[in-house]
Amino acid sequence: MKVAVITFPGSNCDYDLYKAAQQVGADATFVWHRERGLDGYDAVLLPGGFSYGDYLRAGAIARMSPVMEDVIEFARKGAPVVGICNGFQILCEAGLLPGALVRNDSLLFSGKDVRLRVERADTHFTSEYHPGQILRVPIAHGEGNYEADEATLERLEGEGHVVFRYVDAAGEVTDAANPNGSWHNIAGIINDDGNVLGMMPHPERAMEELLGSTDGIGVFTSLAASLSAVAS
Amino acid sequence: MSTVDEAVTETQVAARPGDPEITPELIADHGLSVEEHERILGLMGRTLTFTELGVFSAMWSEHCGYKNSKRLLRLLPTEAPWVIQGPGENAGVIDVGDGYALCFKIESHNHPSAVEPYQGAATGVGGILRDIFTMGARPVAILDSLRFGDLDSGRVRYLLGGVVAGVGDYGNCMGVPNIGGEVVFDRGYEGNPIVNAMCLGLMKTDELITASASGIGNPLMAVGARTGRDGIHGATFASEELSEDSDESSRPRVQVGDPFTEKLLLEASLELIASGAITGIQDMGAAGITSSASEMAGRAGNGVEIDMALVPVRESGMTPYEILLSESQERMLVVAEKGREQEVIDILEKWELEAKVIGRVTDDARFRVLEDGVTVADIPALPLTEGCPTYEREGIEGEDIKALRAANLIEYLLPRGNLTRLFQKMLGSPNIASKRWVYNQYDTTVRTSTAVRPGGDAGVIRIRGTDKAVAATTDCNGRFVYLEPRTGALIAVAEAARNLVCVGALPTAITNNLNFGNPLKAHIYYQFREAVLGIKDACEAFETPVTGGNVSFYNETDGHAIYPTPVIGMVGVIDDASKIVGQAFHTEGDDIALLGTNTEEIGGSEYLYVTKRLVAGAPPSVDLGKERALQQAVLVMAHGRHLNSARDCSDGGLACTLAECALGDGEAAMGIEVQLNDDLAPVATLFAESQGRIVVSCAPEQTADVLRIAEEHGVPAAKIGSVTGKGSPFRIVMSEGRVDADLDKMAAAYFGALPNIMDAPASSGA
Repeated sequence: MKVAVITFPGSNCDYDLYKAAQQVGADATFVWHRERGLDGYDAVLLPGGFSYGDYLRAGAIARMSPVMEDVIEFARKGAPVVGICNGFQILCEAGLLPGALVRNDSLLFSGKDVRLRVERADTHFTSEYHPGQILRVPIAHGEGNYEADEATLERLEGEGHVVFRYVDAAGEVTDAANPNGSWHNIAGIINDDGNVLGMMPHPERAMEELLGSTDGIGVFTSLAASLSAVAS
Repeated sequence: MSTVDEAVTETQVAARPGDPEITPELIADHGLSVEEHERILGLMGRTLTFTELGVFSAMWSEHCGYKNSKRLLRLLPTEAPWVIQGPGENAGVIDVGDGYALCFKIESHNHPSAVEPYQGAATGVGGILRDIFTMGARPVAILDSLRFGDLDSGRVRYLLGGVVAGVGDYGNCMGVPNIGGEVVFDRGYEGNPIVNAMCLGLMKTDELITASASGIGNPLMAVGARTGRDGIHGATFASEELSEDSDESSRPRVQVGDPFTEKLLLEASLELIASGAITGIQDMGAAGITSSASEMAGRAGNGVEIDMALVPVRESGMTPYEILLSESQERMLVVAEKGREQEVIDILEKWELEAKVIGRVTDDARFRVLEDGVTVADIPALPLTEGCPTYEREGIEGEDIKALRAANLIEYLLPRGNLTRLFQKMLGSPNIASKRWVYNQYDTTVRTSTAVRPGGDAGVIRIRGTDKAVAATTDCNGRFVYLEPRTGALIAVAEAARNLVCVGALPTAITNNLNFGNPLKAHIYYQFREAVLGIKDACEAFETPVTGGNVSFYNETDGHAIYPTPVIGMVGVIDDASKIVGQAFHTEGDDIALLGTNTEEIGGSEYLYVTKRLVAGAPPSVDLGKERALQQAVLVMAHGRHLNSARDCSDGGLACTLAECALGDGEAAMGIEVQLNDDLAPVATLFAESQGRIVVSCAPEQTADVLRIAEEHGVPAAKIGSVTGKGSPFRIVMSEGRVDADLDKMAAAYFGALPNIMDAPASSGA
């Protein structure tokens, strides 16, 4: 599996994502945002951070980066693209995913572990989980409040495009378990074709017991499994 | 070092058109005494230009010149076989083994944070990060040590909110995890908050680079952000007291931070260092170009010549005086290898930043400033950086403090009604309560190396590719230092070391941030001297040399000084990260043991502050030999994997420590059954902050080993109870009285205190 980790000016989870990809056996490469061409890569990962300082609006400037034209083309071909945190914001800004991520309802940055419920275990990114599985994964964002218009939300829910939802330890969708005010406690979604995932929580930070959780590994092993299935 | 009589002058430097006349008032406004000015005239052999006055004012300020602290600071131990870089550079560096070095330092941004909390705190974090990456190290962790007045003041809540957001936004954007620190509330910090930020960086030992201007003819390059008019005279500002009107009028002296530019500067700087195209690099921090250029020259014994017309500026019409003294953020001064300037420019360009040649290294040991080729300042470099006069002042203890310390506290030891209710009140005190409201605003897990997050005694970062980890903590109980400075300082160092051994780390070195009032006052100088001597004694006893730090004087508002607050930032090394010891009780049936001895020393305790708003009495006594034995015993227990948890007893005493262990992160609170049969007043047993105590838990089959190891080290130890598990009560039974609390109520008090105060609608205004 050849994976491109895109680095924008201000990305700061690029290294973490690179190590996470390596941990599941991927051949990972950093791709600077001004480079062009993603031929030869099997998957593209957009890391967290503060691309362009989140100036204007999180992800709004990064989506103008030269490499984003290639990312869009890569996604349109049906190849897997994952955006985590700031990467999710960029994917929304680039129109690869619907909706927007606005300021947390607390108006404060929020950095802590949350519980996620796996809503779909049949995607390229979640096949190694079982449906309803509860994951413990860190979040770290100031603008993670997912919003979309009614029609979009209805479509996301109706077509099963919500992949991860914030829940409490018992797996219940509650306001108290919602760290940022996201509508329907949405933490991660996929696009219509199922090849683009955006999520605010950081699975790449939940890959080792030493660091507190291994629940994030499944995102990366699922991706690897899906790619090897395509290859065979 | 401070005798400077070789001064000669060659050039007469003419005044610039438009410069004000140098009058005694102007000199005084620049913070220089008559004697200091005369000394400068002696060095120069002529009168000063306005530009030169500005340069001396910055370099001979307390902030840059350490004039009232240097003589005492020389007494501190700075050497050990593992110290690679001691004081004098941007940051200290120690060898942690396996080819890695740890670079670390703490710095204050108290005054800027008092007038503009968000930017003041943010730029404090920005500055300490630059100190670390200019040494060639990648920043891997931040700690913040914060002190404010009582939270019932709207202004204090505004300061807390602004400072925490500033620390958070800057570090979060940089992608450096925050792993700990302290937040303290006491009326002693009402008008003058303390904002100290510590940073840790890791590098391979051979990647170290220093800040010296070597190689005659090598170009000096300004790198990073452009120079603007912000923060002019920040260093001088930091060297005077605050007053009622510091607020509005001082704002222009506070810098504005841009963490996005700093993130680019970080990556560019590390790439520059790795390229070998540069020989030296320094942050343009306090006193901007002036201090970075003159200090780099001074360290190499060379001179520098820089032309202000070449410095990239943000606005036109800036005078040399303004450019020299600007403290615009996110700038570096770099000495490049001659002929490799383009490589430097190319690397900066990749990161969308500027680099421009502004001068060169000379062989005449002068700090020379030009404006379009015309000399506007010409000063001997070494006297400028090292010649600042240093003073040893008279220090006399204040009579009021002697009286406070002698206060009879016996009445406060008497039984105080319902101990369970008192205990819950203690848990809800902002000083004891969980600081989760603060650190949830920080990214604590970025870089995927945080093995122990904030909320416990110390934070821990693993070193990728090795079995090792490094731990860090900041500590100081300002009340203890206020009541008896030397003892208070001993306690600050001892507590820091205890915090580190509790996670299984060997205490290795310290950086200190000495926050005090006006040193020209005899009772303040007394506090300072005693505190430095205390740090010296403790660091010698624990073999934790001082590798650098920061002195912040003039922490006074309208004549009232803060508690003397020498914050100790201590680092330690864990050889095997799999042996990190947790902080909370986690297994039902585990035994709980107390290492150390309870006493009735309630002087300066949180108990007195919570119940009587009283800061009085003598601080608890501390025995360095016993502390050292305790630390060594706990390390042996940790290395032998005997412990399931360890936690230091400090603020709030044994009862609050047990509560913290029982509550953990709130998700799996554990009940306990503890029996304490010492012959002490119950409030002392519960809340006295006696030193030299650590609470551990272990599997019952390990208890004999734990007690044996304690005994071998001469540490008093006893099993005091056991962990009874989820849903059980929290019970401490004494011969006269008991605490019998419900875990949910405890959690509500402990985790709810800060959110209840800070998230209430009324707290939004200042």
